[in-house]
Amino acid sequence: MSPLSLPIAELARRVQAGSVTAEAVARESLKAIADRRGLNAFLHVSEHATLEHASALDARRARGETLGALAGVPIAIKDALCTLDAPTTCGSKILAGWRSPYEATVVSRLRAADALLVGKTNMDEFAMGSSNENSAFGPVKNPWDETRIPGGSSGGSAVAVAAGMTLGALGSDTGGSIRQPAALTGTVGIKPSYGRVSRYGLVAFASSLDQVGPFARDVPSAARILAVIAGHDPRDSTSSAAAVPDYEAACQRDVRGLRVGVPEDYFGPGLDAEVADHVRAAIARLEADGACVVPIAMPHTRHGVATYYVLATAEASSNLARFDGVRFGLREERPGSDLGTLYDSTRSAGFGPEVKRRILLGTFVLSAGYYDAYYAQAQRVRALIRRDFERAFAQVDVIATPTSPTAAFPLGERVADPLAMYLADVYTLPASLAGVAALSLPVGRTRSRLPVGLQLIAPAFAEERLLSVAAACERAAP
Amino acid sequence: MKVTRDEVLRLARLARLSLADDELPKLEADLSRIVDYVAELGKVDTSEVSDAPRVGPTAAPLRDDEVRVGLPRAAALAAAPRVVDGAFAVPEFVDES
Repeated sequence: MSPLSLPIAELARRVQAGSVTAEAVARESLKAIADRRGLNAFLHVSEHATLEHASALDARRARGETLGALAGVPIAIKDALCTLDAPTTCGSKILAGWRSPYEATVVSRLRAADALLVGKTNMDEFAMGSSNENSAFGPVKNPWDETRIPGGSSGGSAVAVAAGMTLGALGSDTGGSIRQPAALTGTVGIKPSYGRVSRYGLVAFASSLDQVGPFARDVPSAARILAVIAGHDPRDSTSSAAAVPDYEAACQRDVRGLRVGVPEDYFGPGLDAEVADHVRAAIARLEADGACVVPIAMPHTRHGVATYYVLATAEASSNLARFDGVRFGLREERPGSDLGTLYDSTRSAGFGPEVKRRILLGTFVLSAGYYDAYYAQAQRVRALIRRDFERAFAQVDVIATPTSPTAAFPLGERVADPLAMYLADVYTLPASLAGVAALSLPVGRTRSRLPVGLQLIAPAFAEERLLSVAAACERAAP
Repeated sequence: MKVTRDEVLRLARLARLSLADDELPKLEADLSRIVDYVAELGKVDTSEVSDAPRVGPTAAPLRDDEVRVGLPRAAALAAAPRVVDGAFAVPEFVDES
């Protein structure tokens, strides 16, 4: 049996015990990555460093050392996270080949837990996209149907796990960029509460929304990665000092008596009928397990897309100002050109069309004359969306919805229509705007064998409850 | 709302982007449609909302005021496109006339 087919806890136990060597796992993972190169999931594979690290782990074990919670577990890293031994491009030409002088805290934590960091995964440029077609390095393909998109923006990370190249991956989720590709590739993806995981070393997109989170094939495996990366980081003042509970133990609890809220606002026009059927069937299985299903109202859900695209683009227009050709990355300079021209030509040559579109939109909503009508009003609507969640969580313990309105759509289908692409995130955006905890897990396949995801949402810092319900869903799957 | 060619060019100046002529028609059309879509927010009754919401910690935590080692200068400069005398080099930009 391939070590890559094991749950993470079982593989780590075997590597710790020496019944499987980290080197053998590393070779399997690197081979699987090479075999599936056509999916374009990886932008960089750290072959040499991974094999060296694996041998070092085996040597430490042989000396009697106890290895960490992710001993020998191959994990892929979204290319939005800074790494020392591999380039960090964020899917953009403006950072092609760039080597970060420091490492993201989450990457250091995985390393400290003895994970094998096999490489960096493809993504929509600067995490702006829902299909992975906005990568400057070509789209990622969905392993269940290579003519379809894997979701985005963390599409490469989702595919690394879905296609069995790694057992886990890190992504980042600003408006759905972990949950939506998880749903479309049949993996588990967690967007932790705002402040649960350090963002030090994550290339910033929209700082009031960005969170780092894990992908895995099953809920307890995702819980183990989350436990390793969560917790306060002195280098990120938005990271919470709240203690990190035992997330894997939470996966064993049953759901009897838990109240599951189902907002009809998430089941309206635009939701594919097959997706709706699978999501409702999964909720019915929770009810059969003893959970109480409670209809709830979240009336501001329908404003999530507009609110998000005002606030996220405003923040992005500011965050992406740092890419100017002076300190790192691409520089476009002609003899005799002045500093202003250097900025303009560097940014124009380095950013792709979607990034430019969002920077311009963000500049528009922040500019004189439009600020109050767009940016300030979106902040007020965000408060109403948050209030929807506060009211819902006064009545229920978790909320269950579809993750994505459709299964994976064909490559190219929405490229020309940015608004249609934005609507792919209609169900994931509200939880991001509210800063609460959410995840997606697979609950079935369409007749064309495409995965369908269920989104579960819990209050901020209630990841344990989220994982209990998700693990119960997983156990109840037919 | 129609986002005109002049408006796109004004935004591009503010955002320090130089757009090619052939990029403009699609940007005008896309931005017009997106701005029309997000304008629905204007119809939402927000009269009960007093403050902008906040996410994350309610107050920014303070760390101890102690000297710590930061990024070494050589590491900070390592990825710079052009370095002169241990500093980031850019074209002249001070107009002394």
